[in-house]
Amino acid sequence: MMNEDRRSFLKKTGRAAVGLGLGLPILEAACSRPRAGAAGAASSRQWAMVIDVEKCLRDEVRSACAQACHRAHNVPRIPDSEEEVKWIWSEDFEAVFPDQAHAHLPDSLKDKPVLVLCNHCTHPACVKVCPTKATWKREKDGIVMMDMHRCIGCRYCMAACPYGARSFNWQDPRPYLERPIRPEFPTREKGVVEKCNFCAERLRDGREPACVEATKNVPGGEGALTFGDLSEPNSNVCALLRKRRTIVRKLSAGTGPNVFYIV
Amino acid sequence: MRDKGRIIVGLVVFVVLVTYPLWNNLGAAENTSPPELALPKDKTHCIEEKEYMTANHMDLLNKWRDAVVRNGDRYYTSQSFGERYEMSLTKTCMNCHNDREKFCIRCHDYANVQPSCWGCHVEPKETE
Repeated sequence: MMNEDRRSFLKKTGRAAVGLGLGLPILEAACSRPRAGAAGAASSRQWAMVIDVEKCLRDEVRSACAQACHRAHNVPRIPDSEEEVKWIWSEDFEAVFPDQAHAHLPDSLKDKPVLVLCNHCTHPACVKVCPTKATWKREKDGIVMMDMHRCIGCRYCMAACPYGARSFNWQDPRPYLERPIRPEFPTREKGVVEKCNFCAERLRDGREPACVEATKNVPGGEGALTFGDLSEPNSNVCALLRKRRTIVRKLSAGTGPNVFYIV
Repeated sequence: MRDKGRIIVGLVVFVVLVTYPLWNNLGAAENTSPPELALPKDKTHCIEEKEYMTANHMDLLNKWRDAVVRNGDRYYTSQSFGERYEMSLTKTCMNCHNDREKFCIRCHDYANVQPSCWGCHVEPKETE
């Protein structure tokens, strides 16, 4: 064994390295093929929303959205802003689109309120960090769901979300619920995170999200929010996205938001 | 072996103390009776056989939870009766078993279990 000379040792090592270099990618491709096939075969929806910022400038439209949502989901109204819980609310344009807000914005956008909610991202950062899979991207409809039974309140998801779309229950929310409590939707307990669920429970019944429905009942609110399936080329959201120029929040974060804004 | 007496007394005291929970509960089962539960008056059967529900309702509820939250499913078909039910604790279970105190809690107290369902789920009559 020990009489192997330096030259033949180097030759063998070189061959082994080339073999390994060629073999590993082939092995990897072979192993990953079934997974890629399974993901491609699933014909899944992706629910999406288009928000017309101009049509949402009126307070009545935005407050109707928030009220309908928070009522439908028993979201508490906690006066302390450090502990408040919200699913859909308003922020100034500059805060919503920090990478779009330069010093010479038109008056129609400057300091103007914009509706914000969970973006139900294509690559949600919150899902990646959740240690219990209490939040996950639902394959069949693209909703970033929450399972309150599993949430341990670690708040990694809140740190990961670039949009601040999640709220933590610092205290028991029940005393702060609007009465009567709606029994159809469970309330939450102290110590869990919550956020917009794109009205998964209403979509299951074939109804539109509560916020979208609410805008239609406000005079002039028609078309403020449009909801539909992004994977269906003929859907109303796809038609709107083809026709109008839209932006998303923090495109560079790479999360792929599915809430679009017409500005 | 001069301390033989003391050791035996000590051992007896030890054994008596350690086994106290066992012999103290001897016959306790005869002295208690299963709780009387308030059953829905206008229904003939639950969604599955009574024995199955008594033993397995918690598993069934967990399966419902996963089916609804994870898969977005909506209906459950009864294995025993073939009927279709919406998978909802509030809308289906508590629609019939509408007195939590006299049904759920009474039995859970007897069995000494503390499920946390109602920390979030709302009993239909508890909406105020």
